Amino acid sequence: MSNTAKTLALSNIWVAFVTFLLAALMGVYQVAERSGFFPSLESANIYFASVSSHGVIMGFVLTTFFIMGFGYWTASTSLKMPIAHPKFAWAGFLIAFVGTAMAALTLFTGNASIMYTFYPPLLAHPAFYIGATLLVVGSWFWCLEMVLMMNLWKKENPGETVPLAMFGTTANAILWFITSLGVASEVLFQLVPLSLGFIDTVDVGLARTLFSWTLHAIVYFWLIPAYIAFYTLVPKAMNSKLFSDEAARIALIMLLVFSVPIGMHHLYVDPFQSAGWKFLHMTGTFMVAIPTLLTGFTVIASMEIAGRLNGGTGLFGWIRKMPFNSPMALAAGLSLLMLTVGGWGGLINAAYAMNVSVHNTQWITGHFHLIFAGTTVIMYFAISYTIWPTITGRALYSVALAKLQLWTWFIGMLILTLPWHVLGLLGQPRRIGAAEYDAVTTQPWEPYEALMLVGGLILFVSAIMLIVNLFLSHKQPKLPEHPTMEYSEAVHPAIRVPSLLNGFGFWVMIITIYLIASYGYPILQFFLLETHGTFPWSI
Amino acid sequence: MHMDKTEKKWLVLTVILTFVAIGVMTGYATRYNIHPPSNVETIDSVSLHLSKEFNDDNLGLKQEADGSYTMTMVAARYGFYPQNLTVPVNTPVKFRIASADVLHGVHTAFTNLNTMVVPGYVSEVTTTFPKEGEYPMFCNEFCGLGHDYMWSKLHVVKEASLKLEGAK
Repeated sequence: MSNTAKTLALSNIWVAFVTFLLAALMGVYQVAERSGFFPSLESANIYFASVSSHGVIMGFVLTTFFIMGFGYWTASTSLKMPIAHPKFAWAGFLIAFVGTAMAALTLFTGNASIMYTFYPPLLAHPAFYIGATLLVVGSWFWCLEMVLMMNLWKKENPGETVPLAMFGTTANAILWFITSLGVASEVLFQLVPLSLGFIDTVDVGLARTLFSWTLHAIVYFWLIPAYIAFYTLVPKAMNSKLFSDEAARIALIMLLVFSVPIGMHHLYVDPFQSAGWKFLHMTGTFMVAIPTLLTGFTVIASMEIAGRLNGGTGLFGWIRKMPFNSPMALAAGLSLLMLTVGGWGGLINAAYAMNVSVHNTQWITGHFHLIFAGTTVIMYFAISYTIWPTITGRALYSVALAKLQLWTWFIGMLILTLPWHVLGLLGQPRRIGAAEYDAVTTQPWEPYEALMLVGGLILFVSAIMLIVNLFLSHKQPKLPEHPTMEYSEAVHPAIRVPSLLNGFGFWVMIITIYLIASYGYPILQFFLLETHGTFPWSI
Repeated sequence: MHMDKTEKKWLVLTVILTFVAIGVMTGYATRYNIHPPSNVETIDSVSLHLSKEFNDDNLGLKQEADGSYTMTMVAARYGFYPQNLTVPVNTPVKFRIASADVLHGVHTAFTNLNTMVVPGYVSEVTTTFPKEGEYPMFCNEFCGLGHDYMWSKLHVVKEASLKLEGAK
């Protein structure tokens, strides 16, 4: 494979994981501060700077850089062609990197302690907003390169089916470009001018509506690499075949179409939008359950094939015979377990009426850590363990350490997030430090806060194991033969698929119509209503 | 194009399940009028104290001419005003809340009172408290370095022992 693809993949993923380790350390500080066991750690200034940095790094930096790195590697290996525009791709990396550095500087100095959701009228240093914008703009270079490479390949291979891994990667690039337009307009037209003093006030309702445009589909931007691994790497790792290539394409397209125009479920309890719009977005939110359940079926069916090939018989006999001996297969099993629990919590959040009982409580923090830091990020680890030898030409330092790391991540995540769900039901709000409300309220919280400290420590040890293993893998001797990247074959290879399942032109049109229908008036209303701008406030 | 028979069955089943879930929520929304708190109403947060509704003297619980109750509140860093709120048990109470500064959230643990309070807009939510007692009312959106300390107390009492603060 071309050296550009290798260095691009490694540079992006190492930026992701080095910042990840830093953010994991902040996570440990935060659970320690909140536990109440260490009064000397308690400081609102440091705590909220830490929470903001942790959120921005995990949500925007780890994800964006990992997805770009994995995307370049997938494009290059599945299409079997070099990166089409190397200078362009490197420019995107540099812009995103400079943006990240700018934002980090303001975050670490406590000048941007406004959370990763940066809700105005709280105001951060202008360099924070400009840095965040550059990170997003840098990622657009990646989006465009993915679309260009897929189209180039289709032109050179007329009538052929785009490999599933690349089909998913391109779907994700398009999804991210469309969904990032919301936050990009909020930052460009509202927050940057406000922070530079070009405008005096901001319409908070409009800002929150624009942010909601991004806030849901961004989760699918993070999740789709995990789905790509489920479909194209897991069956291979289990010596099995993908149950259905077409079902995978249908699920990816449904995710793309349904995930963007439903963000208003984040605004269920906000005043400034009428209930009808929230209802419309609720129906779309539930539609996303269909591709999720379809994915679950296809992946588990592929696992069943592996169990039966391994000698499993009968209705349930194949379950015990599933080969979970590779990191990729193990991670997929653990990830699906977390997706099941987290998805169930998600249905409660999405429920039109039940949402009020959990909105903005610690339950929500528990939910998205389980779905994102659990289900999704554990697959980022497994993907790295799988692609590292194919990039470096050296064996992984230790497969046993990799499996131990995945197990500790799983166990730590459960010990962290299950108590958080309970804390939410006991009324604890999210985003609080070592708060002292009255004892009657807070005493029942204490055992769960002790548990979350244990979970946080296990997760940090697990994060160190990941970094050590990947770093030492670079020091291994070169393998006699450079391992190639192998993707799963389908039981029925998709030699010819309908053009609707081989490209995105039609679907982008559908999304545009759906978006105008679901967000057109809710955004337009702010220009029709007599609104009163709000002055900015420091923290 | 190839799809397995079991896969098609599963797809049909998931579609049915999803529509049943949406149907249940539609039923509750239309039959019992259960919706998340939504209220498109703007206000100038800078001059709340000059407004008729949200000036200091008008905050608290009021009984309207038709016998219904309205609680008028202001959220401002770092408290909800009035700081001790008393409401009748088992009686619908309409909360009208405005922010004097930044984004806040009001959540009363173990109840259905949960709404964002957005500067420039008026939040309105009607709910019923089925059990007497004292409940903490938290700010549930980060609003500044004092966010941890932003809370008030909600007292749910028998209608007979209610002292109407706003009935001046």
